[in-house]
Amino acid sequence: MTRRLNRTGDVDWISIAVYFLLVLLGWINIYAAVYDQDHHSIFDTTQRYGKQLLWIGFSVLVIIAIFIIDVKFYDFFAYVIYGLLISILIIVLLFGVEVNGARSWFEIGSFRMQPAEFAKFATTLALAKYLNSANFKIHNLKSLFYLGLIIFLPAGLILLQNDTGSAMVYIAFFFVLYREGLSGSFLLIGVLSVVLFIMSMMLDLTTISILLTSSAVLVYALYQRNWKEIGFVAGVFLAFGAILYAIDYFFKLNRPGYQIVLLAVLLSGLIYLYFSYFKKLQIGFVLTFALIAGISYTTTVDYVFNNLLEAHQQDRIKVLLGMVDDPHGAGYNVTQSKIAIGSGGLTGKGFLQGTQTKFDFVPEQSTDFIFCTVGEEWGYLGTSTVIILFVLLLLRLIFLAERQRSHFNRIFGWGVVSVIFFHFAVNIAMTIGLAPVIGIPLPFFSYGGSSLWGFTFLLFVFLKLDSTRKQYLQ
Amino acid sequence: MNTLLDRRKYVIGAIIVVLTLIFLVKLFFIQVVNTRYKVSAEHNSQRHQIEYPARGLIYDRYNNLLVYNQAAYDLMIVPREVRTFDTLDFCNMLEISLQQVRDNINAAKKHSWYKPSIFLKQISAITYAKLQEKLFKFPGFFVQTRTLRKYPQSTAANVLGYVGEVDERITQRDNYYKSGDYTGISGIEKTYENDLRGRKGVTIYLVDVHNRKQGSFQEGKYDTVAVSGKDIMTTIDAELQAYGELLMRNKIGSITAIEPSTGEILCMVSSPSYDPNLLVGRVRGQNYRILSQDTLNPLFNRALMAQYPPGSTFKLANALIGMQEGVVHRNTSYSCSGPESRPIRCSHNHISPIALIGSIEQSCNSYYWKVFNSIISNPKYQNTEEGFQAWRSYFLNLGFGSPVGADLFNELGGNIPTVQFYDKYYKKGGWRPMTIRSLSIGQGEILVTPIQLANFTATIANRGFYIKPHIVKQVDNLALDSQFERKESHIDSSAFELVVEGMGRVFDGDHGTARWYRLPEIPMCGKTGTAENPHGDDHSIFIAFAPRENPQIAVSVVVENAGFGSTWAVPIASLMIEKYINRTVERKGIEDRMTSGNLISKK
Repeated sequence: MTRRLNRTGDVDWISIAVYFLLVLLGWINIYAAVYDQDHHSIFDTTQRYGKQLLWIGFSVLVIIAIFIIDVKFYDFFAYVIYGLLISILIIVLLFGVEVNGARSWFEIGSFRMQPAEFAKFATTLALAKYLNSANFKIHNLKSLFYLGLIIFLPAGLILLQNDTGSAMVYIAFFFVLYREGLSGSFLLIGVLSVVLFIMSMMLDLTTISILLTSSAVLVYALYQRNWKEIGFVAGVFLAFGAILYAIDYFFKLNRPGYQIVLLAVLLSGLIYLYFSYFKKLQIGFVLTFALIAGISYTTTVDYVFNNLLEAHQQDRIKVLLGMVDDPHGAGYNVTQSKIAIGSGGLTGKGFLQGTQTKFDFVPEQSTDFIFCTVGEEWGYLGTSTVIILFVLLLLRLIFLAERQRSHFNRIFGWGVVSVIFFHFAVNIAMTIGLAPVIGIPLPFFSYGGSSLWGFTFLLFVFLKLDSTRKQYLQ
Repeated sequence: MNTLLDRRKYVIGAIIVVLTLIFLVKLFFIQVVNTRYKVSAEHNSQRHQIEYPARGLIYDRYNNLLVYNQAAYDLMIVPREVRTFDTLDFCNMLEISLQQVRDNINAAKKHSWYKPSIFLKQISAITYAKLQEKLFKFPGFFVQTRTLRKYPQSTAANVLGYVGEVDERITQRDNYYKSGDYTGISGIEKTYENDLRGRKGVTIYLVDVHNRKQGSFQEGKYDTVAVSGKDIMTTIDAELQAYGELLMRNKIGSITAIEPSTGEILCMVSSPSYDPNLLVGRVRGQNYRILSQDTLNPLFNRALMAQYPPGSTFKLANALIGMQEGVVHRNTSYSCSGPESRPIRCSHNHISPIALIGSIEQSCNSYYWKVFNSIISNPKYQNTEEGFQAWRSYFLNLGFGSPVGADLFNELGGNIPTVQFYDKYYKKGGWRPMTIRSLSIGQGEILVTPIQLANFTATIANRGFYIKPHIVKQVDNLALDSQFERKESHIDSSAFELVVEGMGRVFDGDHGTARWYRLPEIPMCGKTGTAENPHGDDHSIFIAFAPRENPQIAVSVVVENAGFGSTWAVPIASLMIEKYINRTVERKGIEDRMTSGNLISKK
């Protein structure tokens, strides 16, 4: 009897309520997005809302199963589940069906399944198990290597399926690692590299290298206040610049200006690196190193952007940064999506009254762009409600994760938070034009059985773990 | 627990909250503050009118029009916007019954309540003019201009292909297409679809409750103009194509001609064919059903898809390989005992022993069995497998064994058997040149397509290389030449000279198999062949090119169930060459015999 009570008594009903609210709202909007007058039975499984209803029914079964299975199962079989999903990802790569250019689906009759949606759950399990294991040390190279392997193996396989969006989700696990002790500088470097990336798109290399150099010198000046040294550094740099310019001029090499500046920065930087290392000037060393790294990074970005990214990916980034204005081409999706959301106004046009989403002008309106329907039919009240529900869920899950006594439970909880947060943030940001178009679904909301079940697994396994937290000794 | 790490939960929490605030502010600006996105009046709605671009035109190599467009008008309906209207007037104008109106409206409702669907396809220009004036009386209806393909010359149906409505498979794969759009289904229409189709335009109108246009949406900022499809100039010589179709009348088979120096396909006749105008417009569905049930299969492009054993024409390839491998020379002679020869009988009566040039002229089977045997049993190879592998790779270099064209629709690859095939069939080590001797005279497991044969002829005409055969010369006045790859045969040009000499004797020699069809002013080179056909009379094959120096045309002719090569295939090839080079045909007697010959009813 006490066991029985434990099973349901400690369950976090708040999270469950938010979950069902989100799923229900999602279904209503899918219904509105694909509604037409001749198919209005909600059980019509030839229509997406009918199918989604079926998927929701199945997820209730999934939830019941999760709560019936003994909690030790997830810890014990974490690697097995992970291994299983990895092999399925390989199989889908070989035998899967191609949809919209991504070979990431299994097709059985008229139903399709996307294993990538379940891989997130498996990876979270494996990650929790590994971070919790005795031989794991966060600053040990070998540990970091295995950690990287656990995260990037599924991501790599999904990338091979040509599903860039789903692969990028794995970046989210850095939040978990950060919480578990990975140095904060990784986050800082992450933010800086995004800033530098945008800079290198908008400005030319000469300007960037001059900007970076002067800001490094400025930081150093504020920190050290040693004007003699600064004069020395600037002198060396100018001397190199002059020499290189002279060489270029006399030998008629006709190299572009930025190459001369870059080379001068690089050479004077190396000399200063050597100098500060021996003088034990730590700040100078770090700054110079960061400067050289920053400049090499911007040059690489240029190369990667122009040579490695595909044309449609380049276009999406350019549209986002406002470098090109192209409402019919690459910017089409975002423009239409913003029109749909914007036309909703404060209170929306009302249920089933949306015209933008129904006329097929917003692409993927029941999957990746479902938020448009919310925006058009329910207005600002609808969109802010959905966003606040998500934040409530996320903050609640952080609270739950932090109250766990077992490391495994806590890490798993953080994994759930990270994955849901990444999906939520990127999906909404994309529909309102704050992020490039990366096709990932809005959790619990978007049409699709695989995605719904994947997130259901993540959330409810954690809630199951949470419900048994008192079994662990303090 | 480490308190420093515990504090990190606030960092992540803060990131989540900050991002949420950004979202809420941004959404507030998009939805509440900014009015740019709003549609002005409450009951105004937008109508997205699709403007269909004209499909690109198709010309032959001399700028003669092969395909153009004809305007057609579709009456469209948006069920949601339909109000009660004067059905009598409506029916009289469109000349349809009331029942039909009801049925069509119900069908449209089934398709979609909101989206436009076709109410009546392809109404005439006169009806359209009458309708246009009264359209405001019929809310929910509008007219969409479309274009239909028209073929002034009625030739080259299988080359040009046809256009049809997209099916669900296509609309799912490519979101450019919407249900009801047209797309190329076969031939050039299919391979060059992206160039021909142009780009649809859309005009967004605001309309009131009576469906009257109230103006453009946001001053047309989101409108696009339709861009016409690009015009295409094919490599086809329309006159030659039509002449070929005339010669092949009442026969089954194909004529494929290539300009050797460029790889341009001059004509590609597949017989029986059909009038391309049959597969256009309202009659398309019915005619397609008739054509696809025809036992002679007129929709099947024999030039690209029919696969035959090449017969004696392959002796040329074996001669070339033998010379390159150093096992055959100009003076290599072998004896032949005619029908008593072993292991392969020779059906031709000729002097014995015979040397290389003579063996081509008289198509001696015994000679080529010996050539084949000495290529594969060459002591420089360890075993049969290795020798066979070497022999096979020459054929691949000559463009056999896989599709050879650059931009041809649904081309098949033929078959050059592999070592693995024989290992499986005869067990490993269980086969010798003797076992696979049929290959020496182009019979057995080997299969080629007419286009591959024509390409092989072009390779000989070029003395050692070919340009990948292609059917399009220019897209939008831009030449595509540089895109087509030059392929080397890796056989010395001196070997080709000897084969050319032999092929010349096929026309000029006293015993040449094509000697009745020589033309004094155009030196021709050719080779006959007979493809064994287990189901009936053998197929007659002939390949030829002309003139002997600086060749302008290489042609392959296949006439099914026509028996020995020289009866039908040779005269047809000879006439085609005369037509292409002289632009007229003087030998009316032969022409008459060819055009009146009926091999289909004989069957």
